[in-house]
Amino acid sequence: MSTETPDKPQTEVFLGKTDYKVIGTRPIRHDGAEKVTGKAIYTADFKLPGMLHGAILRSPHPHANIKSIDTSAAEAMDGVMAVITAADMPGLKDKNANLGEGSVNLLDLGSNVLAHGKVLYRGHAVAAVAAKTVHIAQEAIKHIKVEYEELPAVTWVLDAMKEDAPILLDRVRTDDMGKMSDSPTNVAKHIRFEKGDIDDGFSQCDIVIEKEFRTETVHQGYIEPHASVASWNEDGHLKIWTATQGSFTARQQTAELLELPVSKVTVTPCEIGGGFGGKIAVYTQPVAALLSQKSGRPVKVTMQRNEVFEGTGPTPGSYMKVKLGATNDGKLVAGEAWLAYDAGAFPGGVIGPGCMCVFSCYDFEHAKVDGYDVLVNKPKTQAYRAPGSTHVAFAVETIVDEIAEKLERDPIDFRIQNAAKEGTVRVDGLKYPRIGLVETLEALKNSDHYQSKLEGPNKGRGLGCGFWFNIGLKSSVTATVNSDGMVSLIEGSTDIGGTRTSIAMQFAETLGIPAEDVIPKVADTDSIGYTDVTGGSRVTFSTGLAAYKCALDIQDQLRARAAELWDCEPENVTIEEGVYSHNGDTMTFKELAEKASQVGDPVAGSATVSPDCFTNGFAAHLADVEVDPETGKVTILRYTAVQDAGKAIHPSYVEGQMQGGAVQGIGWALNEEYFYDEAGNMKNASYLDYRMPTCLDVPMIETIIVEVPNPDHPYGVRGVGEPPICPPPGAIANAIYHATGVRMTQLPISPPKLWKAISEK
Amino acid sequence: MKDFDYAAPTALEEAVALLAQHNGSAKILAGGTDIIVQLREGLKDADVVVDVKKIPELTELKYSTESELSMGASVPCYRLYESPEIVSAYGAVTDSARIIGGWQIQSRASVGGNLCNSSPAADSIPSLIAHHAVAHIVGPNGSREVPVTEFCTAPGKNVLEPGELLVKITLPAPVSKSASAYLRFIPRNEMDIAVAGVGSWVKLSEDGGTITDARIGVCAVSATPQFAEEASAFLAGKPATDETFAAAGELAKKVASPIDDMRGTVEYRIHLIGVLTKRTLNIACERAKDN
Repeated sequence: MSTETPDKPQTEVFLGKTDYKVIGTRPIRHDGAEKVTGKAIYTADFKLPGMLHGAILRSPHPHANIKSIDTSAAEAMDGVMAVITAADMPGLKDKNANLGEGSVNLLDLGSNVLAHGKVLYRGHAVAAVAAKTVHIAQEAIKHIKVEYEELPAVTWVLDAMKEDAPILLDRVRTDDMGKMSDSPTNVAKHIRFEKGDIDDGFSQCDIVIEKEFRTETVHQGYIEPHASVASWNEDGHLKIWTATQGSFTARQQTAELLELPVSKVTVTPCEIGGGFGGKIAVYTQPVAALLSQKSGRPVKVTMQRNEVFEGTGPTPGSYMKVKLGATNDGKLVAGEAWLAYDAGAFPGGVIGPGCMCVFSCYDFEHAKVDGYDVLVNKPKTQAYRAPGSTHVAFAVETIVDEIAEKLERDPIDFRIQNAAKEGTVRVDGLKYPRIGLVETLEALKNSDHYQSKLEGPNKGRGLGCGFWFNIGLKSSVTATVNSDGMVSLIEGSTDIGGTRTSIAMQFAETLGIPAEDVIPKVADTDSIGYTDVTGGSRVTFSTGLAAYKCALDIQDQLRARAAELWDCEPENVTIEEGVYSHNGDTMTFKELAEKASQVGDPVAGSATVSPDCFTNGFAAHLADVEVDPETGKVTILRYTAVQDAGKAIHPSYVEGQMQGGAVQGIGWALNEEYFYDEAGNMKNASYLDYRMPTCLDVPMIETIIVEVPNPDHPYGVRGVGEPPICPPPGAIANAIYHATGVRMTQLPISPPKLWKAISEK
Repeated sequence: MKDFDYAAPTALEEAVALLAQHNGSAKILAGGTDIIVQLREGLKDADVVVDVKKIPELTELKYSTESELSMGASVPCYRLYESPEIVSAYGAVTDSARIIGGWQIQSRASVGGNLCNSSPAADSIPSLIAHHAVAHIVGPNGSREVPVTEFCTAPGKNVLEPGELLVKITLPAPVSKSASAYLRFIPRNEMDIAVAGVGSWVKLSEDGGTITDARIGVCAVSATPQFAEEASAFLAGKPATDETFAAAGELAKKVASPIDDMRGTVEYRIHLIGVLTKRTLNIACERAKDN
């Protein structure tokens, strides 16, 4: 392995171990007791002396020019301490800021936080109030008079691409594969990937299937609404406590928007109630900060659920036309895709990864993908768990199922035959290192579920695959050895999915100590080195790698300390499972820690990493459904999720990620959608009518973890958070087809739609 | 949300006086499961919220096999379905009571409150209609009785005048070989508002083979819940068969004049009334055979 990557340090290569003491066990999570007893501090729990409460006025119109804003009546109310509009923000610049997982145009970001001259979607923030109570603040925003000039709105991506569509932003031009168009448009970007020669490819095919697909906007649905507390101090230092997936990106965005040096802003990440990609961009942070600056008091801004739906970033609605061709002996040969994803109200949606993921599960020679990033009068889209990949997985898995059926092939065997593997070149040019899709499909094929028979009317079984890259990016970790042999581990990755424990376990494994002897803590931006967002399924991989290297640093220091105590050379001290030995003398980690604390320098270590690689996660799901043909309602009878985790550090959390992703994908498949009226107003901005599955709507999701080690991590870790949301819509649509004979090509496959399709069959 | 006062009168006259004094700016809290949400979300405003749970008449639940069912307006749902006699005789009502919210909601929410909230999709109203229920109202000008079929006037609106209060709902005593059932359609299995709902009551002949009398109520397919009169009349004298149920379903569809919205299309909702009528008649007939 190291011969292939001579430039890489040894620590970034899979160590080849299969026998672990800590990794692969299921210790109780370090933050568990606090959370189940309600003692964990979320942003909404956080209070400061003299703190005010904010409320945000939002646009009632999907598209309008702001003619004027009169805040005087609100300002005159008793208890109102500050009112702000976009005029209170520093002048925004049309420049891109690099935010680690991607860049953002500051003019767009700032205009999204508080509308600048124009509202682009219903729910767009227009002004904000800080008052002595939240009720006063909510009353006060009703007294802000905004004069709007309403404009026609467009919410469907294909309508927005038309010549005569209402234009959202006059400054937008099409970046057509690097060449800029010259007139205003809603099409912000056109990208293309090609490999081979698709005309040649399709000419070799015996069977070619082309279909059109449509999906609606869906939301991440995290349980905790966005919240921030800001305190702008007299010395010009801004402190923010907030729910964020990345304290450093929150710091940078806020600093850029408010024209502060980053070091003038301290972001403390509170416990977070879910994010799934939706808590990377700032919304409440700059608003709370400006209200605090203007009022001279700390200010808390929390959203209500309807504000979360209407004012924060969902994942896009899409139109997709996908074509696949195969030979009669079951070999996929060519694929073509034309994808239009809406970006919401500002450029920069998730079309890029959509184009890269569309054919990511299959190994065929000829492919072409065109993708369009299109503005519509909906909230600016944000990442949502494998952003852009679930859409295309739905389309491709539907067609793959149909080709397998027409060729009379078992759907798993057909996929195994065509599965991407080491050496497969993806349409965007990346050549896969060792990946585990074939092993994942084989595990599913051998599962009790696949081997069992599904019998009875109106029942069907469906299969789907999915892929996500999983990124590296930057992570920092520091650690201090305490005199009692425990270790304090400080990290910058906000913990959404149990990563404090998965990082602590890798740290503990490396040092040969129990996971319980590590005290992991997520620190504020002044207390730990730069760390990128918790996103891209990167934390257990990348921050885990930093923890591994930090543990080696600690181990080296302790080895030197042991050598001093034993008066020998450090290289003559052997270390095995946390026991340090030399010439018959031994000390456990605990004993050495105690001795080390009494003499010499304190033992503290640190490590920073920025692994430049992808971990390439694949999942395959199997769904059994029963359809009520009279109502179109789908009941999921049995569901199995299989995934290559590389190495499951804490198997319970890997299973939890697989189950959570599957359930979100099931919701997307069956009922979730932003429901718009003709004028472009969302009509279901509540959990009552935005229908995520409840625990009564899904069976226990069975899980099978496959472990094909990632060659670029000492313990073989792959990211696991995102791949499991990709397969469900395809798997369920295929199951519904096998139950009813109806191919559903639009999401969600809600009861009215499915009933109609069945009744027209 | 504006600040409001809270009052908890312990006698009917006191409540009526309080309501009359505030002339419409008072809001009644029975279980509170609708009004608290509406106040918090700014859908309604109140100067005073009048909690009626402490008035004895409103929490009284009376039933015997010979007499009518009398249900105080703030009797919580769970008290209905925890009584085997009420479940047996008024199955549609207890079917409804069981699906209004979860357990916590059902220990507070009342059928009376559900009626007064007057949602077009109120789960209990079709069942009350099927059971010929009567609403007993008191106000500054004394008391009056209104059949439940005439109680709701528009979405969220009803016959209660400012100062008036629903005291109780009465349902006629059960007769032999009669039973009822309620079903709603929701896309999920919980936490949803009816896309369409049907409550059906039937009385069978002694041999159980023929329907001698029937009443069908529907909801979520028009501005107010409806009595499906033609479908109900059609059933008298018909055999209790799937064909009869389906034919009644077709007739029940005639009272449906729904809207397209995020919960369903016009076409789908009308279709569902047919399906649910058929299914509730089937369940009610099965239940009636044992009564």
